[in-house]
Amino acid sequence: MKKIFKRPISLKQVPFRFCPGCGHSLIHRLIAECIDNLGIRERVVGIAPVGCAVFAYDYFNFDILEAPHGRPPATATGLKRAMPDRIIFTYQGDGDLAAIGTAEIIHAANRGENISVFFVNNATYGMTGGQMAPTTLPGQKTTTTPSGRNTKTAGFPLRVSELLSTIEGASYIVRTSVDSYKNLINTKRAIEKSFRYQIEERGFSLVEILSPCPVDWGFTPKDSIIWLRKEMMSVYPLGTLKDKFKGKNKWKKELL
Amino acid sequence: MKGNEVIAEAAIQAGCRFYAGYPITPQNEIPEYMSWRMPEAGGVFIQAESELAAINMVYGAAAAGTRAMTSSSSPGISLKTEGISYLAGAELPAVIVNVQRGGPGLGNISGSQADYFQAVKGGGHGDYKLLVYAPFNLQEMWDLTMLAFDKADEYRNPVMILTDGVIGQMIEPLYPTPYVRPELPEKDWILDGCKNREPRMIKSLYMGEGELEMRNLILQRKYEKMREKEVKFVGYHVEDSEVLVVAFGIAARIALSSVRRLRRDGFKVGLFRPVTLFPFPEKELSMLAEENRRFITIEMNAGQMVEDVKLAINGKSKVLFYGRPGGSIFTPEEVQEKIQQSLNYQPHLAKTNLIL
Ligand SMILES: Cc1ncc(C[n+]2csc(CCOP(=O)(O)OP(=O)(O)O)c2C)c(N)n1
Ligand code: SF4
Ligand SMILES: [Mg+2]
Repeated sequence: MKKIFKRPISLKQVPFRFCPGCGHSLIHRLIAECIDNLGIRERVVGIAPVGCAVFAYDYFNFDILEAPHGRPPATATGLKRAMPDRIIFTYQGDGDLAAIGTAEIIHAANRGENISVFFVNNATYGMTGGQMAPTTLPGQKTTTTPSGRNTKTAGFPLRVSELLSTIEGASYIVRTSVDSYKNLINTKRAIEKSFRYQIEERGFSLVEILSPCPVDWGFTPKDSIIWLRKEMMSVYPLGTLKDKFKGKNKWKKELL
Repeated sequence: MKGNEVIAEAAIQAGCRFYAGYPITPQNEIPEYMSWRMPEAGGVFIQAESELAAINMVYGAAAAGTRAMTSSSSPGISLKTEGISYLAGAELPAVIVNVQRGGPGLGNISGSQADYFQAVKGGGHGDYKLLVYAPFNLQEMWDLTMLAFDKADEYRNPVMILTDGVIGQMIEPLYPTPYVRPELPEKDWILDGCKNREPRMIKSLYMGEGELEMRNLILQRKYEKMREKEVKFVGYHVEDSEVLVVAFGIAARIALSSVRRLRRDGFKVGLFRPVTLFPFPEKELSMLAEENRRFITIEMNAGQMVEDVKLAINGKSKVLFYGRPGGSIFTPEEVQEKIQQSLNYQPHLAKTNLIL
C-alpha cells in the first residue's frame, strides 16, 4: 500500500506545542511540505520571528536563525546577500511585520530582495497575551482595547499586503487563509510559488496568511474559524494582489 | 586617506565582505568608500533604511559566516544596541565602528568620547561585553580594524572600534601593513543549509529552567578569557612619573604632546594609554598605584573612564579628572596647564570634579 500522508522530512519528529486550533501549526506544516516537494531542505535557512512562532527551530528540520522582533527582513537580506544560492524565508506575525518591523519589510520589498516572506495575520499579539495588533479589526476586543478597537484613537486595520503591492520592487504578493481545505491548498500553492520565484531569482514575494488564534480571540477553535471567515475576510479579502510574472509561470501545471 | 577610509580599507583587506550602514556625520566616509570598494572586492554593500536594519543585516551575514561590519556615530549606535545585544547573545562575530560625536540627543557633529560607558559597560540589555579598541592614530585605525575581525572570529563576539570625529576626519601617513590571517577555529556553526549535516540554529532565547543562566556563565567565561589575554595598553615615561595621565583615543594623543613638553621642561609626568577599553588594563594600572604618584584622567566627556581608573587604583593614589563634554576639544596647552595644576592640586580648593 502506498503511504499518501506522512510527516514531511522538513518537520522534526516532535509534537507542536501551539494552542489547540492555532493556525501556526498548519502553516509550519505547509511550509515543510513545500520545502520537501521542491527538494530544497538542505539549501534553506529560515528566520524565526519574535512571537508565537519563535520556537520554529524546535519544529523545522533545517537551519533556523532567530532574529530580533520585527527585524527578520533585514536579517534575511544579510543572509541572502551573503549566500545568494541559498533559499531564505522569514516567518513573521502581524506585530512583528506590521508594527515594529514596518520599515524593514517595506524596504526589503523595495530593494526587491530575493526572499520569501510568510506573514501570519491573526489580528492580535498572540505571544504576549492578546494585545491589539495593527491588524486588529475595528471593535475587536483585545487586552489593550478592552471595549473594542476604537478607530478614532487606535487607528484602523493595516492592510500590509495592499500597501506592499504598490511597491515596484515587490514581485508577488498574495493573501490566503487556513480556514478550509480549499484555502489550505491555496496557501500551499502560494508558498510553493513564492519559493519558486526565489529559486528563479524573481525577487521579493510575500504570502499573507489569515490564521486563527482561538485562545486570545476568546473563541473555541470552531467559532474562531467562523469569525475568521465572517469578520477577518471582509477586511482582508483573499486573492493575489500583485504578480509581476503572471502568465510567465512555465511550471504552473506541475504545481502540487 | 582620512581616518574613516583607513578603517574601511583595512576592513576590506582583512576579508570583510559585507557592509551595511546608514549615513550619519562624522562617519559618512565609511559607507561612501564601501559603496564602491566593497563591490570591487566582490563583497556586498547595502545602504540600509536605518541603523536598526543595518545591524540586523550584519547579524544575518555573520550567521552565514561572512566577515561583516557596520559603522555609525553616536545616535546611530544607540539604535544598533538592540542588535549588538543579540549578536552577543547569539555569539555572532561582527565589527561595529563608532565614530563618536557629541551628545546627548542629536548633540553635535564634533569629535567626542561620551560613548565610553555605552561601549564598555554593555550599552544594550543583558550581561554582555564587547571587545573595545580605541585607536589613537591612523596606524592604529588600520591595525586594530584588522585585529578586530580576527578577534571577533576567535571569540565569536562582536568587537567595537571606538573612535571619534577627530581621528575619523584626520589625514596623516601610515604603513598599510598587509593583512596576515592568523590560525582561527573553523566556523562549524554557520547557517548555510543542512547539507550532509544535522540542522543548526542560532538563537539567544533560552526558556528552559536554568538554561539561560548556564548560557550566561559560558559568556562570562569568555569575557574572563578576554580579560586574561586581550588587554592592550601603551605607557609613555611611566616608571619615574609623579603624575600619570590616563587617557585613550584622541584625548591620549593630545595629552601625549602635553606630556612630552612637560618632560622637556623637567617635570616627571607620564601617560598611560589603554588601547583596549574592554578589557580594561586594570591590573597594570593598579600596579602603578603608589602613594606619591597621582593620576589624572583626561577625557573628552564629563568623566566616564575615570570611574574605571578609580576602581583600578582602589584608593591607593589620588585620581583627578579633567574633561570637556559636548564635543569640545582641548588643546595641548590647556591639557599641559591642567597636568601642571594637578602637581600641586589641593582637593579642598577644587570647585568641581569636572574642571580642576
Ligand atoms: C523589542 C521587543 N518589543 C516587544 C517584545 C515583546 N513581544 C514578544 S512577541 C510580541 C508580539 C507578537 O505578536 P505577533 O508578531 O503578531 O506574533 P503572534 O504571537 O501573534 O504570532 C511582542 C510585542 C519583544 N520581544 N521585543
Ligand atoms: S496564543 Fe494564539 S497564535 Fe499563539 S499559539 Fe496560542 S493560538 Fe497560536
Ligand atoms: Mg499576531
